Amino acid sequence: MINSTNLKEKSRYEETKSSYLMMAPFLILFCIFTILPILSAIGLSFTSFDMLQPPRFIGLSNYTRLLLDDRIFLQVLKNTLIFAFVTGPLSYALSFLLAWMINEYRPFARSIWTLVFYAPSLAGSVFFVWTLIFSGDYYGPLNGVLMWLGWIKEPIDWTGNTDYVLKVVLLVQVWLSFGAGFLAFIAGLQGVDRSLYEAGRIDGIRNRWQELWYITIPSMKPQLLFGAVMQIASSFSVSEVIKAVAGFPSRGYAADTIGTYIIDYGTVRFEMGYACTLSVVLFVIMLLTNKAITKLLKGADDD
Amino acid sequence: MTSSVKSNQPKLHHMRRGASKATRSLGMDILLFIFLGVLAAFMVIPILYIVASAFKPMEEMFLFPPRPWVAHPTLDNFVQLSQILSNMWVPFSRYLFNSVVVTVCATAGNVIVSSMAAYPLAKHEFKGKKLINEIIVLALLFTPQVLYIPQYIIIANLGLVNNYLALILPVVQLTLGTFLMVQFMQQVPVSLLEAARMDGAGEMKIWWEIVMPAVKPAWLTLMILAFQNIWSQNGNLFIYKENMKVLPSLTTQIQSGGLARAGASSAIMLILMIPPIVLFQVSQKSVIETMATSGIKD
Repeated sequence: MINSTNLKEKSRYEETKSSYLMMAPFLILFCIFTILPILSAIGLSFTSFDMLQPPRFIGLSNYTRLLLDDRIFLQVLKNTLIFAFVTGPLSYALSFLLAWMINEYRPFARSIWTLVFYAPSLAGSVFFVWTLIFSGDYYGPLNGVLMWLGWIKEPIDWTGNTDYVLKVVLLVQVWLSFGAGFLAFIAGLQGVDRSLYEAGRIDGIRNRWQELWYITIPSMKPQLLFGAVMQIASSFSVSEVIKAVAGFPSRGYAADTIGTYIIDYGTVRFEMGYACTLSVVLFVIMLLTNKAITKLLKGADDD
Repeated sequence: MTSSVKSNQPKLHHMRRGASKATRSLGMDILLFIFLGVLAAFMVIPILYIVASAFKPMEEMFLFPPRPWVAHPTLDNFVQLSQILSNMWVPFSRYLFNSVVVTVCATAGNVIVSSMAAYPLAKHEFKGKKLINEIIVLALLFTPQVLYIPQYIIIANLGLVNNYLALILPVVQLTLGTFLMVQFMQQVPVSLLEAARMDGAGEMKIWWEIVMPAVKPAWLTLMILAFQNIWSQNGNLFIYKENMKVLPSLTTQIQSGGLARAGASSAIMLILMIPPIVLFQVSQKSVIETMATSGIKD
């Protein structure tokens, strides 16, 4: 008896030891490249720091500057929220809707549709092609088509005009909507228990919309939650696309977000303290949104 | 051994149709198809535009009205591209080499490090397990773009600027990998592991010889996600020396030539776009299988 409990305890100890050993490489790198940056960003947000001289503690000055004096911050905050709350939900809804429609096709056709919609996200920096399409002179393809149709008389400077540039970037962002969340939705749809649909028909479900609402969506809560997290992560941190399409920084910061504004302060102006303050504010906004959405999606589950 | 795990996977061939036909109407079918077609055109046209531009001769590039097709396909743009490349101070092969080294190391590193960590997180009981799993889900939010500046400060302090490691290490620790592997490994039956333990296998051995073969679709998926992520990152923030830069940064330089270099830009975009697309299409089935288990449970 005693012997066997000893043995069990020993093997449990061995297992725990190996658990930590196996996680060690990940945890060490994770601490260095995720936890430490977050903590140091919080710390440095209370300082003035230019990378040349050691950081100097200045209390809440960066935060008061950001809230009271920085007009551009309001502009980029507004843009960030537009990306998050317009393209975010739009991309999310489109990804789900398309995944659901594609699911009706046979495997081969489905794999082609999947590739078509996933290709833009897959192909990396091809979004640069939009800067060619939206070229502001007579040779830009979009201007060419619109002038040929007679809809416009003069070429439009799409990415240089502060009225248009944000809309152009929003469109490109929608083009890039179908990412990891989209794949999760396709997969989730294939995992829905078929017998539920049969049962639903007996219970009086008459059309595909009712089927979608009463059977499919409730069966896919985990994937929907995963997609939401990925969507928040991507729509709050749009930056590469803006830099490529609108220029960096865009004219009058018309298309910039907190993400590109951080890069502006960090790599152009070398005001690291202020860049970190901006990062902290962005973290907090993202965390709160994540909390709210998670609560919303999980709350709907309890009904 | 693997078959018992596979049986947990959705049986794709039984699930051809989304649901029974009784709930479908032809009119709606047609309407949805049109909607799908319009959106598909929006997705595909820019990509076809790259393909067409890559093969367009100069005089067709600036026709009015612009044409979506090519009348006289030519390889001129590829020739021009190779001329631009051969006149550069750093040879093309150097960028390619840098890209391959970074992509291979970071992809392999991400797959191995995250699946090794995922095994105990999915299958062992220990203090802090729940907390770590929660942090991993939360960290999905902290995409590299959000962490740029603080990460830059850390990398500068570690003396890793202009080093391959500056591009590799931040990717190796991305939590999407760990998250996906944990989800998938949770489905590996415990009896399989117990049997191996009876035979005296250590945990490392069980992970490598039993768990990893059983979750092959998962790490294939992770490989693709990691590959496409790293292949397209330009790394200009961490790398200043020209001879250490990667391919996407070269693309940016060529693209900065504007419309005059539109042909060459399209040619290089086409070349860079092929590897991830081919890789994805080849392994799409595994990817979808893995994503089926990717949901966040309460």
